[in-house]
Amino acid sequence: MMGQGPAPQPDLESAFWWDGLREHRLLLQRCAACGRPRFPPMPSCPGCASAATETVESEGHGVVYSFVTAHVSISPGYEGPLPYTVATVELAEGPRLLGRVDPPAPVTIGDAVEARFVAHDTWTELYFTPTRP
Amino acid sequence: MTTTAVVGVGYTPFSRESGRSVLSLAAEAVAAAVGDAGLRLGDVDGMGSFMVTDDSVPCVAVSSALGFGPLRTVLDLQLGGQAPCHLLWQAAQAVARGDAEVVVVYRALNGRSGARVGSMQFPGMGGQYRYPIGYGAYLMYVGMWARRFLTETGQGPEDLGAVAVGQRRYAEANERAVRRQPLDLQAYLAEPLVVEPFRRSDCTVEVDGACAVVVTSLERARDLPHPPAVLASGCYRAGPRPGLDIGDHLMWEDYTRNYTTWLRQELFDRAGVGPLDVEVAEIYDCFTSTVLMGLEGLGLCGRGESGAFVRSGGCALDGRLPTNTGGGLLAEGYLHGMNTVAEAVLQVQGRGGVRQAPRHDVAVVTSGALMDGSALILTSDR
Repeated sequence: MMGQGPAPQPDLESAFWWDGLREHRLLLQRCAACGRPRFPPMPSCPGCASAATETVESEGHGVVYSFVTAHVSISPGYEGPLPYTVATVELAEGPRLLGRVDPPAPVTIGDAVEARFVAHDTWTELYFTPTRP
Repeated sequence: MTTTAVVGVGYTPFSRESGRSVLSLAAEAVAAAVGDAGLRLGDVDGMGSFMVTDDSVPCVAVSSALGFGPLRTVLDLQLGGQAPCHLLWQAAQAVARGDAEVVVVYRALNGRSGARVGSMQFPGMGGQYRYPIGYGAYLMYVGMWARRFLTETGQGPEDLGAVAVGQRRYAEANERAVRRQPLDLQAYLAEPLVVEPFRRSDCTVEVDGACAVVVTSLERARDLPHPPAVLASGCYRAGPRPGLDIGDHLMWEDYTRNYTTWLRQELFDRAGVGPLDVEVAEIYDCFTSTVLMGLEGLGLCGRGESGAFVRSGGCALDGRLPTNTGGGLLAEGYLHGMNTVAEAVLQVQGRGGVRQAPRHDVAVVTSGALMDGSALILTSDR
């Protein structure tokens, strides 16, 4: 049993990302000029401004850069059990992204995590789970 | 260049439910500031303000309500707490250029009884990655940075708590403050976590109200009733890759250093002073962690030393650097940093009353918490 907030509203830049999650694939944009992978999806490279973009698939491994644990329901539209933890995860490929982590505790900075995918009614959520040594 | 100064401040009461329109609040605070400055409403020929997703009224509305003459310059910004110092510096530039002579900057909102920024959905391309997973409140973003900052710098709950406790002491002496009940560290640590690492007293308190300040030339300021608070320096800064909207921090490199690190050099150089010259600090404090990060970012404390500095009383009235002397946004109320600026003005003018810092010739004030923000250095007319 897990809660969720309002369903995501994909835009022209991000549709591929949400489509990828639905297929349990973690797709990233990568600059075709300088090779830098990026997140969130954008029309050009935040490193060199080139609009030449290709799509690559991440292996879904990363480490926790930071995290917060919500003990009250404060996020707009969110309904679900408390507490829950949201982490900023730095992928092995470089970009950072957001995801909830299970179990909700304990997780800490530097922990290795890997992606998993949780299906909701209309969208699929990127979730992270600690990598067992 | 014409030197400029802040010459007056105005406030409405801060409350949980004003029962009034935002325009009514704005007009009252603006009129109060103009009166406090010893000027007439007809003297105002420039205005500046800011709002978050239409929670306020534009400058023209206040100008109309108060029957101002022609406005020669105006600036309505769609920004949050990053704006106040930035607007003051823009007002100073407008006066220095001769575009206007008397500029009022205000913030007005029913921030408690109306739309609450703390639980508001911000527009922008980044929201789709946050709101669906329950990561949608500003305190969560600041908390995300705070966790990394505390871990990297070897600081913890007692350091956050010292900020909350110290500022509450100031608030006890501030009739305008909405949180005035005493707080000690033990009581702070006993509070339940809201969003870890924050407890209730780590968080600002949303209010209804308005606050305004008046900027004019130093030459004119010298003929007015209160001592001028000279605008010695101002600076806005967004670090590289500040994100797709005000809640998108994913591309920011280092969550332990906010915009204060990026503007420090230019801010102090322009004023011709250094961090050691600062005698009063008003650091934007929507949450306790931003005070610690600001003290370190501005070079007022060494890296990782801010918590120990606050715990040892360094920010108290009898400490080396009285800081957030009105209780700050944490205790006075969340006017998005406009009241932070007003408090700095009162201190430099020597009008702080029972909470007046003993030395107050150089003050620094900041606006903003994360990727972008602004700051001012105010000095006495030396």
